[in-house]
Amino acid sequence: MSAVIRLQAVEPDTVTTAPAAANTPPPPESGPSRASRIAGGLAAAGKAVLPPIMGLAVLVGVWALVSTFSDYLPGPRATFLAAVELFSDPFYVAGPNDMGIGWNVLKSLGRVALGFGLAALVGIPLGFLLGRFSLLSKAFNPVISLLRPVSPLAWLPIGLAVFKAADPAAIFVIFICSIWPMILNTAMGVAALPQDYMNVARVLQLSEWKIFTKILLPATVPYVLTGAKLALGIAWLVIVASEMLTGGVGIGFWVWDEWNNLNMSHIIVAIVVIGSVGLALEAGMAKLAQRFDYRHQ
Amino acid sequence: MTPYLQVDHASVEFRTPRGLFRALDNVNFKVSEGEFVSLIGHSGCGKSTVLNLIAGLVEPTAGGVVLNGREVAGPGPERAVVFQNHSLLPWLTAYGNIHLAVEKVFGAQETAAQLKARTEAALELVGLAKARDKRPHELSGGMKQRVGIARALAMEPKVLLMDEPFGALDALTRANLQDSLMEIQAKLKCTVVMVTHDVDEAVLLSDRVVMMTNGPAATIGEILDVKLPRPRQRLKLAEDGEYHRACAAILRFLHQGGAERGHAGAALALAVG
Repeated sequence: MSAVIRLQAVEPDTVTTAPAAANTPPPPESGPSRASRIAGGLAAAGKAVLPPIMGLAVLVGVWALVSTFSDYLPGPRATFLAAVELFSDPFYVAGPNDMGIGWNVLKSLGRVALGFGLAALVGIPLGFLLGRFSLLSKAFNPVISLLRPVSPLAWLPIGLAVFKAADPAAIFVIFICSIWPMILNTAMGVAALPQDYMNVARVLQLSEWKIFTKILLPATVPYVLTGAKLALGIAWLVIVASEMLTGGVGIGFWVWDEWNNLNMSHIIVAIVVIGSVGLALEAGMAKLAQRFDYRHQ
Repeated sequence: MTPYLQVDHASVEFRTPRGLFRALDNVNFKVSEGEFVSLIGHSGCGKSTVLNLIAGLVEPTAGGVVLNGREVAGPGPERAVVFQNHSLLPWLTAYGNIHLAVEKVFGAQETAAQLKARTEAALELVGLAKARDKRPHELSGGMKQRVGIARALAMEPKVLLMDEPFGALDALTRANLQDSLMEIQAKLKCTVVMVTHDVDEAVLLSDRVVMMTNGPAATIGEILDVKLPRPRQRLKLAEDGEYHRACAAILRFLHQGGAERGHAGAALALAVG
């Protein structure tokens, strides 16, 4: 946009200097320097955009190559055509188990939001308590260390047994997998609070509530949001796996369904969609983190 | 005459992995109301510990601190501290940092408008009315330290405690702030205890300079009366014999090593105090 405006601004300038150039020595900088500045701008933009495009091209190239050797793997062209067809009507409903890809993504996002939200609701206060009281952290750190590395899918039977339904079980798995980074990062933020700030609080004899709202909370927000970003990434990672097992409407089950139909191009489309949504979620959280981080205000 | 502030035969020990560490041994001195006293000594000699002891941030293992007839038990806003590294809350503006303190001390008995006026007066006092809405990272080192001083003064403390308040500043900014501090102290007549390792600063600002021996188990070596009339002007002092005598006395103490003379010095301090 700005490049276009600049080009328009340049033109009358070069037109007026051109006749003058015939009799008098031309003003040395105006014409060529602007052109070179524009060229420089384009070069900078190219430097920023070109490498990612090259990376993508390599990926698509390898994919195209591999697909020529495989009977089942569709190539980029076939996948693109399938995607165009899928996205031409993403929100159709042809029955409880046959909905457009848009509905599937939204359903999955809804589960992630619920599980992630519950994890934040429980995990962040727990993190504050663990960071503030060393007895609690001594009591619960071993438990967290034990449970944190457990694979998401190992939790699914527990969820199914407790809730006796697929949907709450999937949400439970999201909850239990995304709660750990939130607890740990929040606790770390509280523990990393500079002693100087606490000394200020002590000299002022601030109440525990004032300490929380004026010192602890603002100092810890960046850590909390880092934890939330990690947790959201995990949640999106986990939802696909757990939906594959629980069924219903959701991008994970959709992938599984298309595998049963041997519709590989749809699976590849789904992978791209899952990746894009994950990327968008992370970018959104990063933006949010920046908004609430006192260091960037 | 009973002293306003008294550090009364105080010792401080810290528990370390290698056993008890005796940081301060039998530190004893008195400060009158409105007096400016500096604590000077080599790095790590425990002068900041003395200050923290008065602030109530460190507890004595023996002896104690008495302020205005009452024993100090824990920190409190009547002993405001200007911290070495300013310790402003980075998410609050200059105004917000001062207001937090003002609200705590006067919030119960004053209206919001009065609290605002107090906060703004404190900013005005240190010449930072224009930086009201700036956050610490937008301020220079000297300005941050000014906000720290304004925050402490706004609490109207009985004693202002300053822990190497100008240590991290360049020479020009430091001189500038020292002059401001002298002006403010002349106006408010506040009682100040300041930790420093700068001999000129100690003599320029103080009524008395408490010299500390080297740690561990640091104690008071000597106490020097600075008999210079106020208001003091740094340029005139450069040609003042008394100023140079005072500086020389402190330098002599610091260079000849306070440690050997520690106990004789402590006895002298007792006699003087």
